[in-house]
Amino acid sequence: MKQSITLGSVTRFIGLAGFLETIKNVFTGKLDKEDFKNIFRKVIMPLASVLLFFAVWYLSANKLHEIEADHLINKALVEQGPAEAEKLRACIASGDKSCQPNALPSPVQVWGAYQTLLADHYVISADKKAFKKKTASLNAKRIANGEKPITYTGRPSFVDQIFTSIITVFAGFLLALFIAVPIGIVIGLSHTLRSSVNWLIQIFKPVSPVVWFLLVFMIVKTFTKNSSSDSAFIICFISVGLCSMWATLVNTAMGVSSVDKDYINVAKVLKLGPMQKVFKVILPSSLPLIFTGLRITLSVAWMVLIAIELLAQSPGLGLFVWEEFQNGANDSNSKIIAAMFVIGLIGFMLDRIMLTIQKMVSFNKND
Amino acid sequence: MSYLELKNIYKTYGEGDNTTEVLYNINLTIEEGEFVAIVGFTGSGKTTLVNLINGLLEPTKGEVLFKGEPIVGTSHERGVIFQNYSLLPWLTVGQNVYMAVKEAFPKKSKSELNTIVSEYVAMVNLSHAINKRPKELSGGMRQRVAVARALAMKPEMIIMDEPLGALDALTRVNLQDEILNIWGKEKRTALLITNDVDEGIYMADRIIPLRPGPNATLGPEFKIDIERPRDKTEMNDNPNFKKTRNAIIEYLMEIGNERKSEVQKEYILPDLAPKSFVW
Repeated sequence: MKQSITLGSVTRFIGLAGFLETIKNVFTGKLDKEDFKNIFRKVIMPLASVLLFFAVWYLSANKLHEIEADHLINKALVEQGPAEAEKLRACIASGDKSCQPNALPSPVQVWGAYQTLLADHYVISADKKAFKKKTASLNAKRIANGEKPITYTGRPSFVDQIFTSIITVFAGFLLALFIAVPIGIVIGLSHTLRSSVNWLIQIFKPVSPVVWFLLVFMIVKTFTKNSSSDSAFIICFISVGLCSMWATLVNTAMGVSSVDKDYINVAKVLKLGPMQKVFKVILPSSLPLIFTGLRITLSVAWMVLIAIELLAQSPGLGLFVWEEFQNGANDSNSKIIAAMFVIGLIGFMLDRIMLTIQKMVSFNKND
Repeated sequence: MSYLELKNIYKTYGEGDNTTEVLYNINLTIEEGEFVAIVGFTGSGKTTLVNLINGLLEPTKGEVLFKGEPIVGTSHERGVIFQNYSLLPWLTVGQNVYMAVKEAFPKKSKSELNTIVSEYVAMVNLSHAINKRPKELSGGMRQRVAVARALAMKPEMIIMDEPLGALDALTRVNLQDEILNIWGKEKRTALLITNDVDEGIYMADRIIPLRPGPNATLGPEFKIDIERPRDKTEMNDNPNFKKTRNAIIEYLMEIGNERKSEVQKEYILPDLAPKSFVW
């Protein structure tokens, strides 16, 4: 099936099809009574909720800012006297960055922080390029002599952190896939095996990502004792994989064990061998459930990744958020909120990708 | 020696107090090349009987002999057409048939297998839909694929479990003719399970009613003495047809009434009178 990428397919992928379709109808003039209801439901209400969200955010940020400012001024009044307090009040009112209280940032500040992060990224990548150019000839010589090339060790930019996180989450996801799907199939095929390992699944499934991280740390530490390489990434993606694989494991086992009796009868009547029965009948019929499990796994992996990166000190968005929090600069809070939106959007995109794949492999739906 | 022989078959499900007896002392013989129909009410254990013959189930007591040998598991010699089509929804029509053919003839080359597939798909008039998936087909088309799949394995015996039960009357008639055509051409043994007496008379040489379960057992057989090829419209005026049809329906009605009267057993109520309350 050949399909060109159209605006329609892209918006359907993002989940905005209803919204844009209705707007299009408004402009092309195809309107009747039913459409007004649609416009209200699909255009006006979502836009209103977005506006409301920003309004509540803006107002509460202002309020919190006010409370923090009052607190600071009072403190100055008690500790340093009225003159200093008056100076601080003037400073805060003037909007000077050096004396702003540290509170929930407003939408404007977050947008500003986002722009800063982008600008920062351009600076850093230009820096990297220059470094590469400068060391190119030297590195060529070092490689020729059998020495290690010099690499850029500067601070990664926000965009670099995003890509690191995405790579880590996919590494973890693949690990979960390669562990959970085969085990799930084996467990699903054998009733005895299923009931004998059920306790293990039930106990380990609800364990918190933090504990998984500690467990993996204990084990990986021993293996990487003598190696100089960075073990943070390894620990990080293994913990993410172990933590998120349970949904796939359970779903695969369930899909494999609950194949339609009719299909099993077909396999028997055709006298398929055991391997063929698994690969030609059982697996295809449980694919939709397996992919449902994988979709949950990917979203859990992304959610857990941030916390684990933070604990493992592995580069990525989690570490970025944590470092900004420790940093305590006047735009740190805004950067954290900006990162929050980026994390949310990426999680949303990952889920949509999985949903699309899931729809492709499911044979039950008529689409 | 008969071709297929069922000797004193009993089949029960469950154990202990939860035992349900489905089949009770079934005896049946089918000769080679015969077309036998078993007619019965829904829920009378027809599918259980079929699964015993095709090897998906084993009898609790008794023996099923196929060409003198007891049946162990399924076999390619006995092709099955299931009641609910049982096509694999992730495969196309061609792939569904191909899978069966490949299992039946593991030594043939790919192109030979493909020839067989297209031949049988053409036989059920579905060549135009060979690359479609089952969900894109109507019920009648799906059942035709199931017929093609069963026949493409070239079984010696075709077992049909209410193959046309879910189809509308028109499609049904067409498929009946198609199945009869194929049966006539290749002269195989056939066993048809149905709940439609007319269908049985139209298609079979012999009709055997299955008395309703639990404890289903076979009733007396009815021979159909109507020359082949049979014509649906002409048959309606055939005195032989009328006679057999009436006899079978009468018999079925009778057992139906028996069953009803069994259910409506009169209970003897204890002789109780309300007490009169006097203060």
